[in-house]
Amino acid sequence: MSGPLVEVSSISRSYAMRSGMFGHSTAVHAVDGVSLTIPKGETLGLVGESGSGKSTTGRIVLGIEPPDRGEVRFDGKPMAAPGTAAWRAQRARMQMIFQDPLGALDRRLPVATQIREPLDVHGLGTPAEREERVRELLRAVELTPAHGARYPGALSGGQRQRIVLARALATKPDFLVCDEPVSALDVSIQAQVVNLLCDLQAQLGLTLLFISHDLRVVRQISNVVAVMYLGRIVEIGSADDLFARPEHPYTQALVSASPAPGRRSAGRIVLAGDPPDPAARPQGCAFHPRCPRAIARCASEVPALTAVGGNRQVACHLATGPRAETRDAA
Amino acid sequence: MVTPLVNIQGLNVAFNGVPVLRGVDLTLEKGEAVGLVGESGSGKSVTWLAALGLLPRHASVSGSVRLDGREILGAPAGELDRVRGGRVAMIFQDPASALNPVLTIRKQLCEALALHRDLSGEAVKAEARQLLDLVGIPDAARRLEAYPHEFSGGQVQRIMIAMALAGNPDLLVADEPTTALDATIQAQILELLSSVRREMGMAMVLISHDLGVVAENCDRVAVMYAGRIVERAPANQLFADPVHPYAQGLIGALPPLDGPRRRLTAIPGTVPDPARMPSGCAFAPRCALAAEPCGLAVPSLAPIANDRVVACIRAEASRRALLGIAAE
Repeated sequence: MSGPLVEVSSISRSYAMRSGMFGHSTAVHAVDGVSLTIPKGETLGLVGESGSGKSTTGRIVLGIEPPDRGEVRFDGKPMAAPGTAAWRAQRARMQMIFQDPLGALDRRLPVATQIREPLDVHGLGTPAEREERVRELLRAVELTPAHGARYPGALSGGQRQRIVLARALATKPDFLVCDEPVSALDVSIQAQVVNLLCDLQAQLGLTLLFISHDLRVVRQISNVVAVMYLGRIVEIGSADDLFARPEHPYTQALVSASPAPGRRSAGRIVLAGDPPDPAARPQGCAFHPRCPRAIARCASEVPALTAVGGNRQVACHLATGPRAETRDAA
Repeated sequence: MVTPLVNIQGLNVAFNGVPVLRGVDLTLEKGEAVGLVGESGSGKSVTWLAALGLLPRHASVSGSVRLDGREILGAPAGELDRVRGGRVAMIFQDPASALNPVLTIRKQLCEALALHRDLSGEAVKAEARQLLDLVGIPDAARRLEAYPHEFSGGQVQRIMIAMALAGNPDLLVADEPTTALDATIQAQILELLSSVRREMGMAMVLISHDLGVVAENCDRVAVMYAGRIVERAPANQLFADPVHPYAQGLIGALPPLDGPRRRLTAIPGTVPDPARMPSGCAFAPRCALAAEPCGLAVPSLAPIANDRVVACIRAEASRRALLGIAAE
């Protein structure tokens, strides 16, 4: 196994939010002590509901935003300070894809010009080489040069997302952060783009951080999946068995809330209450007010992310598994 | 035979001469839940907007929509006003934009109640409180005085459901009711919809792009593609054994949540532009099974089993061979 490309160690990020026009500003902990490791060529999936801090994590990993605490290391080196030459060199090796391809493209430029732009910005190759690279990229995302001459408005949603992907790949990045890349697409188009991402990853040896609320898509593309709730990772484990045998009550609820055609689920877990407000984080385990299994200890003590055997880690006082035995043995 | 609650026959809709709905037939029995699935632009929402006379003036609508045997397509405005919000209620994907931000919830709920139930004074207020209780808004009496922005997304959708129930409808048309909501909140809203439906004996049309949501909450499902219904079947049969290649494609494109991971079977190409519809079967250019006759005539919905119809000449053939009916 090759070493990790991205190492994130206990990053935190909070924002000041004012409640009401004259209210006091309160700190909103968007991300709170998140640690992740992504080996080269692998995909880490990040799932969670809105406000869970998954997008903020993505932005910090890319160095778009500095963490308040903690550190991100890329290919063994810490992220350079924004704006420096070292930072720019690192940034050329990582790219990002967002949910809304139309918002990420300039409506008044032919898409081929937009794919070429990163090459111009980073000064890669001669003009002739850049033209050739654009054609190559269009082919890679299964489009033709004729598509390249069009404007974003003349392309379908799936084609636009392919253009965004082609542009992200222009500088031959090693690392790609995808934030809900297929959420706005129809099911059949979603499958095309997911397959394309898997193919490109295999061909180019890309490392991915794949952020989505869609458990199915995340499982399809990831090696390891982390579940976030209110800025913290509550469960992390291999994609193959995390959703088959979720340990954390929140993961269990998420899996049970993801209906499958052909199976009428008896006994779906329906969580009470609304998704929590990141500005009013509950004491103890942030999930305890909605947790069907919460005990007194959950309201006072924050559970730490603990290994429970296999490569699974769970942050829950009630998590079963082989943890108790290891503790006895120790 | 009992008159169905809603009977839509040959519904056509065109915007500026471009047909977007091309002959939709759909019936709905009392108390039944029917799902409508398909991709964006397939005509799922337009079917119901047209049926209820909610499309803009430049849309030309033809066909027949009968509610309890009475034609409502092109009915006078006064009659439609009694149908809409009264007998048939509709909720949408974006509940926040359906509420007036400068009026309290009480004002908006009471308006609906006064219009459709002829209630007034204290009776309206009591009923409004009861509706909020029914949809699970805690502390209903106090929350009535709140404005829409003081509620979370899931709660606003609950309030929309309460408003839809104000007229005691026989049919609720829910157009992507949970698409904008988080997964755990989606589960809450779907649970609420099914419990309300049981309690009130109400029929429901659930429009969704999410096959899982439809599979779990509907008795029968119609799959739409490019302005037509291509397959109609009981929910459990459709998802266990889809016949139309498009329905098969939709189900194959959905990544599984357990079991081994396989490559997704994506449907190649994109939905055709309504202004440049291919001749014959609209799905043929993307279909793996397409043969020459597919481009000649539009396939009509033909029965393949009890309560199952499909519009595909190829699927019919393969199905017949499968069942050994070809011999007869």
